[in-house]
Amino acid sequence: MTEIESKLLEFQDRIDRDERIEAKDWMPEEYRRSLIRQIGQHAHSEIVGMLPEGNWITRAPNLRRKAILLSKVQDEAGHGLYLYSAAETLGIDRDTMIDELHSGKAKYSSIFNYPTISWADMGAIGWLVDGAAIVNQVALCRTSFGPYARAMVRICKEESFHQRQGYEIMLDLCKGSSDQKAMAQDALNRWWWPSLMMFGPSDKDSPNTAQSMAWRIKRFTNDELRQKFVDMTVPQAEILGIKIPDDKLKWNEERRHYDFDEINWEEFYSVVKGNGPCNRQRIEARKKAHEQGQWVRDAALAYAEKRSKKIA
Amino acid sequence: MTNWPLFEVFIRSKNGLDHKHVGSLHASDDNMAIENARDVYSRRMEGVSIWVVESKHITASDPKENSAFFEPAEDKIYRHPTFYHLPDELKHM
Repeated sequence: MTEIESKLLEFQDRIDRDERIEAKDWMPEEYRRSLIRQIGQHAHSEIVGMLPEGNWITRAPNLRRKAILLSKVQDEAGHGLYLYSAAETLGIDRDTMIDELHSGKAKYSSIFNYPTISWADMGAIGWLVDGAAIVNQVALCRTSFGPYARAMVRICKEESFHQRQGYEIMLDLCKGSSDQKAMAQDALNRWWWPSLMMFGPSDKDSPNTAQSMAWRIKRFTNDELRQKFVDMTVPQAEILGIKIPDDKLKWNEERRHYDFDEINWEEFYSVVKGNGPCNRQRIEARKKAHEQGQWVRDAALAYAEKRSKKIA
Repeated sequence: MTNWPLFEVFIRSKNGLDHKHVGSLHASDDNMAIENARDVYSRRMEGVSIWVVESKHITASDPKENSAFFEPAEDKIYRHPTFYHLPDELKHM
């Protein structure tokens, strides 16, 4: 056995014993690369995810809702930071990651390429998009890489209000006038399928899943998590009294799960490739924010330099 | 010894957990600090990883300023999940 083979075996043993891998531990290069890609995508999703909701901060219906939405978007900035920092422990630097986001080399969750056209979308996003993210993130709290797992624990704890505030918006709309209820239904109609797509391609088309599962980066497959989300969410829609836009959605007593229709995979891959309704707009907004913030970063550095000279 | 710098010691008790501050010690340099930290703070296998950092490199918030410093979070109870009143029959949220 070569040295690298025995190292790989030892690494897999550690994983199989459910040990956590820490940043300075030996790890296969492909494990490192997979994690950098996944944590980077996750961080970018938090940051780009601020945009669709940021759209409604100045137009929230009252001060209470505005303060809540502002807090939620602030949390997302913080979550992006935790994740970028976790990725940096693996040896990639922040500027490289930001460049990769801006050039389109790195991906982020496609859900944020859909527009937010009504106030009800703030409800649907909190309820469904954060709901789906939580299902995914709770599973990741036990991922094998320590810094990623710890970031997830922190994020899950903070995120518990995000979904509840969204559901509360939906609940208020559904208890309101027929126009308000129609607005909630319309938001559910538009966000339901993209939310299911958040779990990624189906297992049979997900080439990285087997290795990610073997390394316990992932603990559940995309389809398992998607099913869990559907099972949790259907009764929540029933309480609201609005209809999930899927005629094939039905409880399957034998499987003890809800059956649901096939996702429109053509749409999924088209949005991933950059052809969703807002892909260009989102990246332009990120680039503009980064470029227009350059003077702030420069000024902070200049100030720090000036102060250190004064002290010396 | 009086001109040996002070170091703060952080120990990770097991992989998966954060390093936690356990105390401090004087040492002539980083290496001695790590070795002494091992001998002083992990004689009973308390850790799998040690960090040391010279105390002077730690910037700390000023306890006298606490009320003003932490004030921004004080009135934002809506950051807590219990702020939202949702129906009892609602599950998994």
